Amino acid sequence: MSATDTPKRSMRTPLGRVRNLGAAHSGTSDFWRQRITAVAMTLLMIPVIVIVMMLLGRNQAGAAQILGSLPIAVILLLFIFASAWHMKIGMQVVIEDYVHNEKLKLTAIMLNNFFSIAVALASTYAILKLSSGV
Amino acid sequence: MALSIVHRATGIALYVGTLLLAWWLIAAASGPAAYAHVQAFTGSIIGRLIVFGYTWALMHHMLSGIRHFVWDLGYGFKANEREALTWGALIGGIALTVLVWIIAYAIGGGR
Repeated sequence: MSATDTPKRSMRTPLGRVRNLGAAHSGTSDFWRQRITAVAMTLLMIPVIVIVMMLLGRNQAGAAQILGSLPIAVILLLFIFASAWHMKIGMQVVIEDYVHNEKLKLTAIMLNNFFSIAVALASTYAILKLSSGV
Repeated sequence: MALSIVHRATGIALYVGTLLLAWWLIAAASGPAAYAHVQAFTGSIIGRLIVFGYTWALMHHMLSGIRHFVWDLGYGFKANEREALTWGALIGGIALTVLVWIIAYAIGGGR
């Protein structure tokens, strides 16, 4: 039944009726950010693989020196930022698809946020520490 | 082909695997002893299997993601195109994984 068939006319626009009704209650912003971060990581993939290859077989002193150099630190920081955001959104989609108990779902989404941010900040801290050479 | 569930499964594996990446970076920032622990783990048979699996999950998830991106842009919906994209992601993911590991061993990373 379309909106014009209803006996009681409403002033609400079609957009107003559907806004915030998706599983995430946040429209398409997560969908779009998921794509931005995916493209970013695809572009960064070859530099990141090269960096990991450079580190293979080196001891801590050698690894620390490479990880602390500016271009490598920046590439890894970008990759960490993009991957943390991407995986936070991806896991939230999985949670929203499979967890139907509302309280459990919100708890899982909260834990997902904690995990993603903790991993991102711990990794970022390590790279900044290596960059500052302390 | 039911490959979208593999995309999810590899995504979840990569999610958990970030713990290994964070551990590795923190160890590098902590000092020689902590870094030696990571290297002992990644150098062991089980460690190598996990890192190999992680490489495959990453390569497959990336190619499978590009496949989804092509669909997002509105292309590749014909039956033969869907099949080609899916097989491309599946075979490409395995091929890239093997290629990366051959290069890694060739430059002496297997020590």
